[in-house]
Amino acid sequence: MENFEPEIVAFCCHYCAYTAADMAGSKRISYPSNVKIIRVPCTGKVDAIHLMKALEKGADGVYVAGCLAGDCHFKNGNVRAEARVNRVKKILTELGWEPERVAMVNMSAGMGEYFAQTAREFTETIRKLGPGPGKFAGTNDKAAS
Amino acid sequence: MITAEQKPIPEIIQYIAPYGKILLVGCNECVTVCAAGGRKEVGLLASALHLNSMKQGKTIDIKEITLERQCDPEYVEELTPYIDGVDAVVSMACGCGVQTIAGRYKKTPVFPAVNTRFMGASLGQGVWAERCKGCGDCVLGITGGICPVARCSKHLFNGPCGGTSNGQCEIDPDVDCAWRLIWERLKELGMEDRYEDLMNAKDWRPGGAGGPGKIIREDLA
Amino acid sequence: MNTESRLEKILASGELAVTSECGPPRGARPEKVREKAALLKDHVDGINVTDNQTAMVRMSSFAAGVIIKQMGLDPIIQMVARDRNRLAMQSDIIGAYAFGINTMLCLSGDHAKFGDHPMAQGVFDIDSVQMINMVRRMRDEEVFQGGAKIDGAPKMFIGAAANPFADPFELRVMRLAKKVKAGVDFIQTQCIFNLDKFEQWMKGVTDRGLDEKVHILAGITPMKSVGMARYMKNKVPGMDIPDAVIKRLEGVSKEQQPEEGIKMAIESIERIKQIKGVHGFHIMAIEWEEKVPQIVEQAGLYPRPKV
Repeated sequence: MENFEPEIVAFCCHYCAYTAADMAGSKRISYPSNVKIIRVPCTGKVDAIHLMKALEKGADGVYVAGCLAGDCHFKNGNVRAEARVNRVKKILTELGWEPERVAMVNMSAGMGEYFAQTAREFTETIRKLGPGPGKFAGTNDKAAS
Repeated sequence: MITAEQKPIPEIIQYIAPYGKILLVGCNECVTVCAAGGRKEVGLLASALHLNSMKQGKTIDIKEITLERQCDPEYVEELTPYIDGVDAVVSMACGCGVQTIAGRYKKTPVFPAVNTRFMGASLGQGVWAERCKGCGDCVLGITGGICPVARCSKHLFNGPCGGTSNGQCEIDPDVDCAWRLIWERLKELGMEDRYEDLMNAKDWRPGGAGGPGKIIREDLA
Repeated sequence: MNTESRLEKILASGELAVTSECGPPRGARPEKVREKAALLKDHVDGINVTDNQTAMVRMSSFAAGVIIKQMGLDPIIQMVARDRNRLAMQSDIIGAYAFGINTMLCLSGDHAKFGDHPMAQGVFDIDSVQMINMVRRMRDEEVFQGGAKIDGAPKMFIGAAANPFADPFELRVMRLAKKVKAGVDFIQTQCIFNLDKFEQWMKGVTDRGLDEKVHILAGITPMKSVGMARYMKNKVPGMDIPDAVIKRLEGVSKEQQPEEGIKMAIESIERIKQIKGVHGFHIMAIEWEEKVPQIVEQAGLYPRPKV
């Protein structure tokens, strides 16, 4: 556990967070390599099942980065995404997993520094929580049988 | 349509705790429309159950399948190839679907994953409201198209009661007084005089008081 | 005269009738029923016995009614559609009548949500209008609701409630007309605080000649305090408390509020006496039964006529 390096998946909207990540890169603002970015056309495209599957397949934390309130290219995709993140938080709570493993963040395309800061902070949050569900898959099966 | 809501996950987990191989069955009809037990919800519940077993360091084998219509034996038959390979079935359909599976496969336990709620209509994205009680003797023709059985909290036939406040039901200011709605509608239709017709005591037999309902259509059966 | 009811006789004599009510205890304490009834005995023509009022479990109105009857007084048993189906209603009506209870009130009942068993299934097999019709046919046609002949039909004087203040207001006279059509004999109204609105409703009633077909007893409740007035205004469904009522109670000291409340009740009675079609008063002194005699006396309704 001491050398635990969290694996983070970030679903980033093409119109804002993805561009912000690009800007962070071009401005040489560093952010943790733990964060794996998945570009989506709009965070409204991200469904609850995508967040769940990411956790199931080994991600320790997942976040969705969409446009600022009122700025969605498709009107309200970011609002829908936030509702879905909240739904997954509820499911995780019911299951006894930490709801902090999923999050919604909002930013504009010009917020490269904020993108990096969010990535750093989220990585630290997950580092403190420890390994996620996928890391435990089947570890106890033999003992049980 | 029939509306339903997913049960709390801990309750579902408790049902399936003794089992390792689960057949998780959704339905493509009503529960898909009300987002309680369609293909999407089957996937999400399966994932949640996986995350749960991971917490204990175990794995659980879940086969996901969504039938066209779970209350129809013809479609339920599609489970036959899988049924012997699983320890239990979890159904995300309404109570009718759960029972159709239980009736067909005698040796495999079947557990409900949703609570069937009511016959309702959609008021907008993600909102459903009760509109019919299935009383078996429809009165909408004389109540202006608004049902006092389903929508009056005391299902009064000669209402409104004295508890109406600002046109809303005494039980909740968010619930419309059905008799206020009926009255307004009768007025719009110019049928105010209908209101004073006495509605006689109801025969509840067709709505369930006569025992479990059954319809046999001679021309089809 | 249809029944042996004392209330019917008083009303038939043309005198103003006076009724009051007694909420049965929440336990097997017959002495509590007797205590409350004794406070009212010489000042009213009938004592309403509430039926699980506000959906809280209490001694049954039938049982408490029998206790009152055995004191030589006149209970008016209330029956709500919430708690009984038509079988239970009819058997209780026969049972009550067998004990000499001859006056009853048919009500829908408060929703179970408000009481101490909010998880209960409300029955609502028939509604209050249908109940009136059922009791009338039991009396006049000597048949059960299901059609079979009754051997020893209960002859009940049939009452119901009316709320002139709930909305839609324009429906309130029509709702009364429906109860009249179903066969109701007398009406006890919701507590009246908005006298203007009550007068307006009574005008609608007399314009249609309904006052010739049914006896209307005006509901009177003395306010114990400004707190009670505020609570009734904000929390009790279908209650109409004008701001003037609250202002007037606020205008006197806390110690004087009960007295002021009684004064207001008496003034209301005096004004309502002038309204055409009102045939009496139903005084609901909530957990304050001991004040009923004072109100009846000061409102000039004492002594009660002998019939």
